[in-house]
Amino acid sequence: MQDAARILQLVINGSAAGCIYGLVALGFVLIYKATEMVNFAQGDIMMLGGFAAYTFIATLGMNYWLGALLAIGATALFGYLLDVLILRRVIGQPQFQVVMLTLGLGFIFRAAAGIGWGYDSIAFVTPFTNKVVRAGGLVLGQDNLSIIAGTLVLCGVLYVFFSRTRLGIAMQASSQNQLAAYYMGIPVRSVFSMIWAISAGVAAVAGILLSPVSMIDVNMGGIGIKAFAAAVLGGFGSIPGALVGGIIVGVVEQLSGYYLPPGTQDVTSNVVLLAVLVLRPQGLFGQTIRKRV
Amino acid sequence: MSAILNTEALLKVSNIETFYGPIQAIRGVSLEVHPGQIVTVLGANGAGKTTILKTISGVMDPERGQVNFDGHDIQRMSPDKVMRRGICHSPEGREVFPFLSVHENLVMGAYSRHDRDEVAQDMEMCYGYFPRLKERQHQRAGQMSGGEQQMLAISRALMGRPKLLLLDEPSLGLSPILVTQIFDIVRRINRERGVAILLVEQNAHIALKTADYGYIIEVGRIVLEDTCARLMDKDDIKEFYLGQKDEGVRGRRRWKRKKLWR
Ligand SMILES: Nc1ncnc2c1ncn2[C@@H]1O[C@H](COP(=O)(O)OP(=O)(O)OP(=O)(O)O)[C@@H](O)[C@H]1O
Ligand SMILES: [Mg+2]
Repeated sequence: MQDAARILQLVINGSAAGCIYGLVALGFVLIYKATEMVNFAQGDIMMLGGFAAYTFIATLGMNYWLGALLAIGATALFGYLLDVLILRRVIGQPQFQVVMLTLGLGFIFRAAAGIGWGYDSIAFVTPFTNKVVRAGGLVLGQDNLSIIAGTLVLCGVLYVFFSRTRLGIAMQASSQNQLAAYYMGIPVRSVFSMIWAISAGVAAVAGILLSPVSMIDVNMGGIGIKAFAAAVLGGFGSIPGALVGGIIVGVVEQLSGYYLPPGTQDVTSNVVLLAVLVLRPQGLFGQTIRKRV
Repeated sequence: MSAILNTEALLKVSNIETFYGPIQAIRGVSLEVHPGQIVTVLGANGAGKTTILKTISGVMDPERGQVNFDGHDIQRMSPDKVMRRGICHSPEGREVFPFLSVHENLVMGAYSRHDRDEVAQDMEMCYGYFPRLKERQHQRAGQMSGGEQQMLAISRALMGRPKLLLLDEPSLGLSPILVTQIFDIVRRINRERGVAILLVEQNAHIALKTADYGYIIEVGRIVLEDTCARLMDKDDIKEFYLGQKDEGVRGRRRWKRKKLWR
């Protein structure tokens, strides 16, 4: 019983971490599906979102919800402009150049954040900070639970947006066949910029949800690597796959941190990734369809 | 017929030259489509038919020449803006959105429109033309047969309420009976909706039967143009495009070895 409770607790905490990986992975996937670019700065955009929330909530003293909302909006706008001003210009360039560019942008974001907000870890008070829920011998941090709940809500909102709204369906259409989308009169370029905005906004949500657990600092974007593993695990192109991939990475990481020798935790995401790629190279949710002639 | 031709041209392509990098695919093509008319462009593989349509749609920019639509020059306009002026394109290879349902594909066809009620009416109209699409409206487009995808591509273009519909090889890969059905509907769309149609085809038989006026293109140049009735009577067309071999005529012409218009 004791053991079962322990495992359940680890799974829940792991899922919380996994949700963060999943949200960042979602950003990778959305952008990749639309523009075939891999945005290695995704984790750093999450970091910027966290700092933006810190500015609104801690520095300007706003209400948590209002500040969070503004931070998400500001980060989304930042993502939009990033595409309009910089990334749109490299569409169609070799993948290697895009990778170098986004890696470079990540460095710039970290440096800019260090100059603007300093290199110390900082935090703002959230409604979930340092609170716990006790249920049947389990002690669960509200911060972790809020990550899971926030992720579920966000996924619901995104699901409705992408499957029910005209703009959401147009984003899917533009990602599936850019040329045909142009033929339909869809302004594909600005639709792609809006996809960048959504990806950046989702990353900001991840940063805000993560802040009560791990604080905000310049290097928090490093989890982008694990999120990348999550995205590949899910098939790099599948939105549910990104989230499931994230949760798998998070849970396996927690369990191995508890049961395996110290040090293994940091490499588990990569081990899981390798295992999946060997056994199922298209990822868990790889989407394929034969083109008919 | 003559009444139609007296009207101002809806589409007027003048001397366009279009390149793929250093390769010149279109070498000075001019053609016209009048309101309510079906015009066909016939030619062999690689003649440049698709490239003409792409140049009209704005996917490719002509190096020289004009594309005038409804009184405005539209060359070098981006394809979404061209579409919003009233040119809808059912492209070669259909290019449906594979992971969207049939219904969603049609919704995307009407993306530029905001008249909800009329969009719903047009959707019913498409389902009326192609009942098969209605049966499959919730199926993913990528999981449909080639013929069904062709019906979807045409319907999706219709959903934009075009003044001019560009059809690129709607007969590609379809069984003869389906080709007949689809062209019947193309003619109905033209008659009932008054939509002008520019039809690119390799199947000269059906295209000449469907269209009012035809252009023959070879290696990027228009080599012959006339009403379809007259084109069907020409020996060269019979021989090279309709595959009718009249031994007598052939024997007499063999010494020429080349087609008349060269
Ligand atoms: N993407 C491309 N890059 C380079 N050359 C191209 C490209 N697409 C077409 N071409 C060339 O342009 C010429 C015209 O091609 P186009 O596709 O317009 O022919 P088509 O008449 O539509 O042929 P088909 O009946 O086979 O569809 C061809 O010689 C082709 O090789
Ligand atoms: Mg073609």
